[in-house]
Amino acid sequence: MKPQGMARGGSPPGQHGQPGRLGQPGQLGPPGQLGLWAGFALLLAGLPLVFSSPVAVTIMNQMGISILFALSYNMLLGQGGMLSFGHAVYFGLGGFFAVHVMNVVDHDGWPIPLPLLPFLGGLFGLLFAVIVGSFSTRRAGTVFAMISLGIGELIAACSIIFVAFFGGEEGVSADRTMGPPVFGHAFISEIEVYVLTAVIVFLATALMYLFSRTPAGRMANAVRDNAERAEFVGYSQRHVRFISFCASGFFAGIAGGLFAINYEILTEENLNLVTSGWVLLMAYIGGVGYFIGPMVGAVLLTLLQTVVSVHTEIWRLYLGILFLLTVMYVPTGLTGLVMMHGPAWRAGRLGLLAWPYARAFLPLLAFLSGAIALLEMIHHANAAVATTWVVFGYEFGLGSVWPWSIVAALLILGFFGLRRCLPEVREAWDEANSTGEAS
Amino acid sequence: MTAPAISLRHVTKNFGMTEIIQGVDLDIRAGERHAIIGPNGAGKSTLFHLISGKHAVTDGRVYLHGSDITGLPPYEISRLGLSRSFQVTNIFPRLSVFENVRSALLWRRGYRYSFWHLIDRQKGLNDEVDAVLADIGLDARRDMPAGILAYAEQRALEIAITVASGAEVVMLDEPTAGMSHAETAEMVELIRRVTEGKTLVMVEHDMGVVFDLADRISVLVYGRIIATGAPEAVRANAEVQEAYLGEVAGAS
Repeated sequence: MKPQGMARGGSPPGQHGQPGRLGQPGQLGPPGQLGLWAGFALLLAGLPLVFSSPVAVTIMNQMGISILFALSYNMLLGQGGMLSFGHAVYFGLGGFFAVHVMNVVDHDGWPIPLPLLPFLGGLFGLLFAVIVGSFSTRRAGTVFAMISLGIGELIAACSIIFVAFFGGEEGVSADRTMGPPVFGHAFISEIEVYVLTAVIVFLATALMYLFSRTPAGRMANAVRDNAERAEFVGYSQRHVRFISFCASGFFAGIAGGLFAINYEILTEENLNLVTSGWVLLMAYIGGVGYFIGPMVGAVLLTLLQTVVSVHTEIWRLYLGILFLLTVMYVPTGLTGLVMMHGPAWRAGRLGLLAWPYARAFLPLLAFLSGAIALLEMIHHANAAVATTWVVFGYEFGLGSVWPWSIVAALLILGFFGLRRCLPEVREAWDEANSTGEAS
Repeated sequence: MTAPAISLRHVTKNFGMTEIIQGVDLDIRAGERHAIIGPNGAGKSTLFHLISGKHAVTDGRVYLHGSDITGLPPYEISRLGLSRSFQVTNIFPRLSVFENVRSALLWRRGYRYSFWHLIDRQKGLNDEVDAVLADIGLDARRDMPAGILAYAEQRALEIAITVASGAEVVMLDEPTAGMSHAETAEMVELIRRVTEGKTLVMVEHDMGVVFDLADRISVLVYGRIIATGAPEAVRANAEVQEAYLGEVAGAS
């Protein structure tokens, strides 16, 4: 059997209860699940103690927003089988609404505490999802995708037309600190905002997970798998999709409201097609087949966007390559790549893979660094910003032949090294995954 | 006398210019096992689609327990207690076997579109699903994705999804298609067991299965019912014999 098949194969017959694949079908809350949630809460609480610089806290806030946004997107794509190219609409509208509420609080003195704002943003996203979903969820597939694209374009265009709401090109800004203090906090510092963000991220994530464990959430999966069959067991595919769509719009709006709190400004960029594409990338690269997949993707892409982008101008190129590789070779996403080791792990044979993986690691590292170096050097040589390229304080003269030879050597050594190691890895994989059944 | 489980009145179906079903009148009695047979292309599956709401009739009416269901969408017909299987296996491939069956139970157990019940907490529901799985012999496959089951197991799951909810009228479209002799025998026993006390309508090519299971048989040829009656009467019917034996001759 192929590795792919094994990864999806699940437990052998007679062995009830699947491992902690959050959101995957078939498991009745394994005992480890409460532990996972407690771990998530602890992680959220502990992160600012480890990464306490204001920059780090800002990045973590952004991660939290992205996690919610990507999870809400996956209610459509992963859970409901709806490919949306316009999900930023609900994120952005929720954000704009929250910013306007902030301004009302500021100017008219309405006593709305800041922690309520994401919820209000969510309601606005929900309102709009009800309107759009009433006609867009009739069909899945291409029709749904095209409608979502159309709506995305339409709302982006509206941002120039309805200047009072969207603020034209410069957007709408506000001051989050003018509301009534909550437990003595006015949300001036980043860490105060982090605590608020973390609490809402935790609550909304839990709610989205719980939604997936309700009849409506389970039937979303059923309709994704086979819409026709769902109709013959009593469920209108349209109504099932509509409910998921509304829930998704609600949580996207919450993420938008959090964005408004964090940045105190919203512009057309926050609801245009670029942002819609960005959330698709996060969910897909992380893995749409798993509940935590989009969270993984959101963390990784936020790191790319904030940390890696400081070091290289061509980070979007790496993102594109990563996305292509995911689509072509790992359609289950990075989470799927990890999860496919589940059967071997449960069989206690993961150790068989350790040595082959370790041996393949060095050539892989050589190949990757060679490829990255090559791309960076080409970029630097072409951009003509400099004739040198500085790595780790070390200066490479791109005019000389040396750096190019080193890169070539890395690529060649890495490539042939990998070719030598792969059969061994494959063999170990088959052995680790042989179930003892006829296969 | 109770109303027939299913009544068709002058049901016709055109696909473009072609009249596939040419005015069918048929009563399926409540509680009987009724087989629809006929040569390939006679329109048996189309007739199933018309009754279950997959296709809209061009003309005529369809009644379920005396109430008009013509033009209703499949999900409303299903809610009224008519459940069907498909000739080509039609399951939820990425859901577990357990979830496949549970999906079939949800609506009829009153959960509808609920997003306020946690499904794993519904003990009665989940126990019922496990009972169905044990009955159908799929309990050992409970947590496997349905898509990786063997063919015969998928067919059994298809039947399980169809009968799980306890619908009063069950329609099976070629339940033994593509099965080995032994698998067919098992399937016949399964069908007999799970449709006890219900109305069964089935399309079937295997005459052994038909004469084994059916109380009455209808013969559909080129969109018309040419005979309806007890198995022996239908077997003796001259028109039926001609339709089956003359199929090749008639084509020339």
